[in-house]
Amino acid sequence: MSRMEARFAKLAAEKRAALVTYSMAFDPDRAASQELLNGLPGAGADIIEFGMPFTDPMADGPAIQYAAQRALAAGGTLRGVLEMIANFRQGDNETPVVLMGYYNPIYSWGVEKFCADAAKAGIDALIIVDLPPEEADELLPHCRANGIDFIFLTTPTSDDSRLPTIVGNASGFVYYVSIAGITGTASASATAIGDAVSRIKKHTSLPVCVGFGIKTPEQAAEVARLADGAVVGSAIVQAAADAKARGENPAQAALALVRELAAGVRGARG
Amino acid sequence: MTSLNTYRAGPDERGHFGIFGGRYVAETLMPLILSVEKAYAEAKNDPAFQAEFRTLLKQYVGRPNPLYFAPRLTEAFGGAKIFLKREDLNHTGAHKINNCIGQILLAKRMGKERIIAETGAGQHGVATATVCALFGLKCVIYMGATDIERQAPNVYRMKLLGAEVRPVTSGAATLKDAMNDALRDWVTNVADTYYLIGTVAGPHPFPAMVRDFQCVIGDEVRAQMLEAEGRLPDSLVACIGGGSNAMGLFHPFLDDASIRIIGVEAGGHGLDKLHAASLTGGRPGVLHGNRTYLLQDDDGQIQEAHSISAGLDYPGIGPEHSWLHETKRVEYVWVTDDEALAAFQQVTRLEGIIPALESSHALAHAAKIAGQLPKDHLMVVNMSGRGDKDVNTVARALGDTFGGLL
Ligand SMILES: Cc1ncc(COP(=O)(O)O)c(C=O)c1O
Repeated sequence: MSRMEARFAKLAAEKRAALVTYSMAFDPDRAASQELLNGLPGAGADIIEFGMPFTDPMADGPAIQYAAQRALAAGGTLRGVLEMIANFRQGDNETPVVLMGYYNPIYSWGVEKFCADAAKAGIDALIIVDLPPEEADELLPHCRANGIDFIFLTTPTSDDSRLPTIVGNASGFVYYVSIAGITGTASASATAIGDAVSRIKKHTSLPVCVGFGIKTPEQAAEVARLADGAVVGSAIVQAAADAKARGENPAQAALALVRELAAGVRGARG
Repeated sequence: MTSLNTYRAGPDERGHFGIFGGRYVAETLMPLILSVEKAYAEAKNDPAFQAEFRTLLKQYVGRPNPLYFAPRLTEAFGGAKIFLKREDLNHTGAHKINNCIGQILLAKRMGKERIIAETGAGQHGVATATVCALFGLKCVIYMGATDIERQAPNVYRMKLLGAEVRPVTSGAATLKDAMNDALRDWVTNVADTYYLIGTVAGPHPFPAMVRDFQCVIGDEVRAQMLEAEGRLPDSLVACIGGGSNAMGLFHPFLDDASIRIIGVEAGGHGLDKLHAASLTGGRPGVLHGNRTYLLQDDDGQIQEAHSISAGLDYPGIGPEHSWLHETKRVEYVWVTDDEALAAFQQVTRLEGIIPALESSHALAHAAKIAGQLPKDHLMVVNMSGRGDKDVNTVARALGDTFGGLL
């Protein structure tokens, strides 16, 4: 059983949804983002998405755009990102880590070699925003060969004719992007999210996690009632950035928010 | 590429030219991209659509524009006979309008009410704002803050035409960043918005569609040269930002094996410094929806381009050019900012035609090679646009270089 399957099995036993957190590697610097990463399981994150910085994050709003700029200015590289995950794995061999970002750094590394190196570092899954099903066949076989899940994104624009194509190749979980838009902006209504999740579940038995626009513990709790996981990204990134601007510890500020979010998710179905 | 005896068959049904091209976009955009592809495939085969396109090119754009024999340039270069394809005489002053007419008709056909576009030099922004005025559609133009400053006259033209110009401050605040923000807008406004891409780049079907609309350039040149000289040209030269004016000129001639075809990239300060020569100085990667040659560092991070010409200041190039580069059908070279500036002045003084700084790159390369070619060699240089928009930039550059000679 993969770390991802084991985690969802445990959550099912606990009858609750997952809190999935996103933070950017090297933001605001390597030490702080390592401190944040290593603290996430203790603060209640069930699944960790770790962002690889990219110069041109076309699907991201300002919060994550700035995070990527800070990370690159701090010397962020893909090699460094893998090293940070390997470091995390020394203390945690259970929490699934999903590497999230854009395709070019991976393509530049060489897809076959990258998948092998990523698996060795302890990465469980990839989300590559600009690799839709139409192009994913150049990466999928290498993911499979290395036991890495490729998480496909579904969106409000993925209609019923398209969903089978998307989820047909999916493993790990299915990510539902709850708004047509970029990260850290609008939020979808509970009704819209509930409808979408049941629509997706008609096409797959995989867990469905919902992200984009979830910022508060209340919103996370609401989504946790409707789906198998709630993904929070921009709010965590912003909490770290705000703390840093105030001269406080960015990792600890982000972890404080994660603890509140985790309480929200854990209390959701109680 | 199934057929080996033609260079004109691409892309394949997934939008690939060899390994280049494709549809590397977020899932949110995928259904929309597929609907653009379907709508364009239908329009392409609809005689009524084609007739409306042709009529507007004639009545509104003023086509065909001349293939002008440039006697004084020919004499100055001292070799090949130089012909200028006068895209600068089009309505709005560049080749960009050809593509805008085609795509606005498609957007209308798809029932879209809001048009967005990216622009570098502002020529594509002006052309887009123009067709939006013509058809009464809402228009939002993304333009890097750096470019807004160096292409101020075009910014005001867009505003007069009723467009909203949104300054982009991320990155180096140039064309690449404007394209990022345009894509972010499109992801957010999928239902009512059409993204009118200005060059032969972006996800499939844009590279092929923009090429098709721009092929009117090469088709006209073929007929005009046959009429003027009774034969086809010997060489074609065009500048390359994303590569639309070049592709429009080149594509109709790709299968005429005897014709030498040359694309000129922006060499900026030189290839060991800041430049925008993606083919010569870059390697394959994925950005803005397609795989193509990109300026990037060892880690796959995209590098900032530099060119004195805002329209060439982009770290990528259309995917079909990458394929033509690897198949070696087209030669790709580069010239520096300084060489382009020198050509800008030379052509202005000798022919009384002020070329765009973009087009000046093609002219600068023609100046380099024409002298070694025989006097019966027929060379066509694409005068992709007029240089009025560049007067401020040139004044500043010459002021720096020649200590206030202006
Ligand atoms: C006059 C002119 N020529 C050339 C270009 C470069 O674009 P492309 O390579 O797509 O023709 C531009 C772009 O703004 C332009 O305005």
